[in-house]
Amino acid sequence: MSVGLTRALRWTRANLFNTPLNGTLTVVIAFLLLRFLSPMIDWAVLRASLSARDDRACAAVGGACWAFIRDWFRFLIFGRYPYAQQWRPAIVLVIFVALLLASFSRRLPARRLAPAWLGGLGAVALLMRGGVLGMPYVETGLWNGLPLTLILAAGGLGASFPLALLLALGRRSSLPALRVICTCYIEAARGIPFIAWLFLMLVLLPLFLPPGLVIAKLWRAEIAFALFIAAYLAEVVRGGLQAIPRGQYEAADALGLGYAQKTLRVILPQALALTIPAQVNTFIGAFKDTALISIIGLFDVLQDTNTALNDPAWRMAYVEGYLFTGVIYFAFCYSMSLYSRGLERHLGQGRR
Amino acid sequence: MAHDRSRRRRDLGRPAPWNDARLRSLGLQAAVFILLLALAAYLAGNAAANLSRQGIATGFDFLGREASFAIATTLIRYSPADSYARALLVGLLNTLLVSALGIALATLLGLAVGLARLSRNWLLSRLALVYVELLRNTPLLLQIFLWWDLLRLAAPPPRTAWRPLPGVFVSVRGVYFPVPVYQPLYLWMGVALAGGVAAATGLRVWVRRARAGRPPLPAWIGFALVPLPPLAVFLAGGAPHLLDVPHVTRFDFSGGQSITPEFAALLAALVAYTAAFIGEIVRGGILAVSRGQSEAAAALGLTRGQALRLVVLPQAIRVIVPPLTSEYLNLAKNSSLAIAVGFPELFAVTDTIANQTGQSIETMTLVASAYLAISLTISLLMNLYNRSAALVER
Amino acid sequence: MGSGVQDRPMIELRHVYKWFGAQAVLSDVSLAVARGGRVVVCGPSGAGKSTMIRCINRLEDHQQGEIFVDGMELTADVKQIEAIRREVGMVFQQFNLFPHLTVLENLTLAPIRVRRMSRREAEDLAMLHLERVRIPEQAGKYPAQLSGGQQQRVAIARALCMKPQVMLFDEPTSALDPEMIKEVLDVMLELAQSGMTMICVTHEMGFAREMADMLVFMDRGEVIETAPPDLFFTAPRNERTRLFLGQILRR
Ligand SMILES: Nc1ncnc2c1ncn2[C@@H]1O[C@H](COP(=O)(O)OP(=O)(O)OP(=O)(O)O)[C@@H](O)[C@H]1O
Ligand SMILES: [Mg+2]
Repeated sequence: MSVGLTRALRWTRANLFNTPLNGTLTVVIAFLLLRFLSPMIDWAVLRASLSARDDRACAAVGGACWAFIRDWFRFLIFGRYPYAQQWRPAIVLVIFVALLLASFSRRLPARRLAPAWLGGLGAVALLMRGGVLGMPYVETGLWNGLPLTLILAAGGLGASFPLALLLALGRRSSLPALRVICTCYIEAARGIPFIAWLFLMLVLLPLFLPPGLVIAKLWRAEIAFALFIAAYLAEVVRGGLQAIPRGQYEAADALGLGYAQKTLRVILPQALALTIPAQVNTFIGAFKDTALISIIGLFDVLQDTNTALNDPAWRMAYVEGYLFTGVIYFAFCYSMSLYSRGLERHLGQGRR
Repeated sequence: MAHDRSRRRRDLGRPAPWNDARLRSLGLQAAVFILLLALAAYLAGNAAANLSRQGIATGFDFLGREASFAIATTLIRYSPADSYARALLVGLLNTLLVSALGIALATLLGLAVGLARLSRNWLLSRLALVYVELLRNTPLLLQIFLWWDLLRLAAPPPRTAWRPLPGVFVSVRGVYFPVPVYQPLYLWMGVALAGGVAAATGLRVWVRRARAGRPPLPAWIGFALVPLPPLAVFLAGGAPHLLDVPHVTRFDFSGGQSITPEFAALLAALVAYTAAFIGEIVRGGILAVSRGQSEAAAALGLTRGQALRLVVLPQAIRVIVPPLTSEYLNLAKNSSLAIAVGFPELFAVTDTIANQTGQSIETMTLVASAYLAISLTISLLMNLYNRSAALVER
Repeated sequence: MGSGVQDRPMIELRHVYKWFGAQAVLSDVSLAVARGGRVVVCGPSGAGKSTMIRCINRLEDHQQGEIFVDGMELTADVKQIEAIRREVGMVFQQFNLFPHLTVLENLTLAPIRVRRMSRREAEDLAMLHLERVRIPEQAGKYPAQLSGGQQQRVAIARALCMKPQVMLFDEPTSALDPEMIKEVLDVMLELAQSGMTMICVTHEMGFAREMADMLVFMDRGEVIETAPPDLFFTAPRNERTRLFLGQILRR
């Protein structure tokens, strides 16, 4: 007991009061923290209301309006998906979380990962769309909320991957024409803000399609998203390609492997493995970027929150609303970044 | 005889055209090119058909027409009677304004965050970590919405405005802050500043040429050349200064400068968000060099401060600048999210014009090119910097 | 004359030139290696030894002159290059094993993908050659888990799995610690005794004396002297050869 106490004291001295400056700093920060944390806890927990009827009732108590979340919970998560059918997007969420966990825990060998995600996405589309197995058909305009965010992110990333590989290889190709084309595309996509790209694609895509062919807005956004992310992912892959020593190319050449075999069997596997952390960071950025589709009128989680906050009864519950949605985003992004950092450490050890 | 045989072999060895490596590569490139051309032609054909069917006008004639919409924040004179082109210019200037302010503030905050992350004070470094993780792992757009609602729904009316700093007021009407009143002398101070920069640059070039091989002049001589001339002019002119401080009237403020709640929300969100990334870059840069290098410096007898100043920071800067530049680029591009709160920067203005004229293709192409130009300019500058840094290294 | 397959040189370079920019890296290099011939190439650093043997399997292209491998000329003909690379195995100074593949996979990759062997066949072949270089027990490991000498022996086995007619070695032992050099040289000696045509860049003069039937001395892109080992070591004709030998044998 007293050993623990001594150790705690020693830790405190070493980490909080090691110099006079640090000591003062600690006191000031601790004071400020207390000053701000206690009203915050007061607001978030002690005075919070789970049963209020509207934001004015909460304001009267001076606490957080979690009642808003309770009231609008299903809408915040699933949006306007038909209420009675919301078990379907619920299963979709379970599928996504399972796939993510399986990928991160590396239960699935890398070889199985792509088919698993493809199969998962197929099941997701089937569940959301319905029209088979007695499930009523639901149009894509009603695919809302968190499932939409995840579909956009996963589908967009999946579709962007092959394109990114081609772009990266093209940019490092020995053929000048290919190199120029790929470089131009990559630099153009990376130089334009995503929201401008999204608008541009949304107006251009229908224009470029043969007259009479109409693609749902969701899929247009998905295509625009994939085309955009591909440029960023291509740069990540290119970094990996550049890190492969020349001897690897030469050994493959000397063995008589052709370009395709050399690339697929020797170079790409190494370049991709090397850049997994950077890829995951790109995924995190892409996941956050899906929020921008709320601006073009698709109902992702963020747009669901904005819509719910338009309810006059809860207009002032915006902090609660955005906190709730923020926690959802945070959960996904932070777990991905933890995974990436763990992997980075693992890779770093392997190299030493 | 032997000679004969070799000639025969060579003839045998002449490749068929489709097996010739050079022809192959040419053919492949031509094929890709033709494929792209065909695709472009097909798309263009579709576009032409669609456009004529929907009866949409094309071309950039609309740029000269009257804009007939008002813009709340303008750096140059603008009225709804001005042309669309001028409205676009107003938007572009606003983009540059937000970007410049955002970059400056985010760099300061980011530097603070990065150093705090490295602090040996546990509480401070943890606090910085929480800040970084919270801001990095949630969408910027969500943060913008939150800031905006805070500023328009939670902020008090002018009479009870928050005063985070003396002379600064935050209310539903926006943020008001003091500005110096213009004095004629400022013009001369500007001239003196330009002269100082020129002198410092000249000195640097001269030092490199003339003193090569000899110990370099201390860096502070160069740095001192920049602020000293304007300061001297200021003091010689009698040090005139006047602050225009805002004050509360019955329902509003008068005096000072103000920015709209939209502008404030956008700027705050951009700064807070980008600072989290910059903080990590700064920390990474310092960590990347510090270990072995500061040990080596210590072994040479340098103090901790000297080691940081003379050994670690100069090297860290080299590691920091490239990712920092791309963070600046991100900030500039992210400023287009202003459209979500209606701050009239380039993209929001463009969107308004697209809605009014229906010419989304032209307007969106314009805005994309403008951002592309900004991005390419920044990348170009960064590449130049990198090249010079690489030269110094050798 | 009965110009049968047997008396045609396995490898022949005729007046080969190569420039990097303005610098001539190979100038007027001519060399003929008979079937079963064992050539050791030596010379000071930067002489163009690597460049010369890398030209033989088109890792570099020459700009003037002719190179024949097994009667096929090296030109821009892609099919021809593929055919020649199938016949020529190469071992690098830095091993260049594929780090993401196991030893066995390193060995079977090319036989399966290029020679279109079945997996069974390729693995049997791989094990045969692993036994030949005396490390069959390492088949399941990754390259990073092996010592340098073992890695280089795997690299030799990998090249042999393509059943090449010619083996090129570019300083195969100079990245190795002294105690590992012998195990690699022993494998190469055995290979030489089995009748393989070999060109080997090395500064291991003891090994050269034992293995080579011809020595080539290069300097500044030129072949200065070509001689059988007993003459080369005892009575070099050229002054530069004598100087070089003096330096290298004293070490
Ligand atoms: N890719 C290249 N670009 C320009 N010059 C090159 C290149 N590769 C080789 N060289 C030059 O060609 C010359 C011959 O190089 P090479 O590697 O063949 O020499 P070497 O005899 O193998 O030397 P070492 O014993 O050091 O391996 C050197 O002067 C080298 O600088
Ligand atoms: Mg060499």
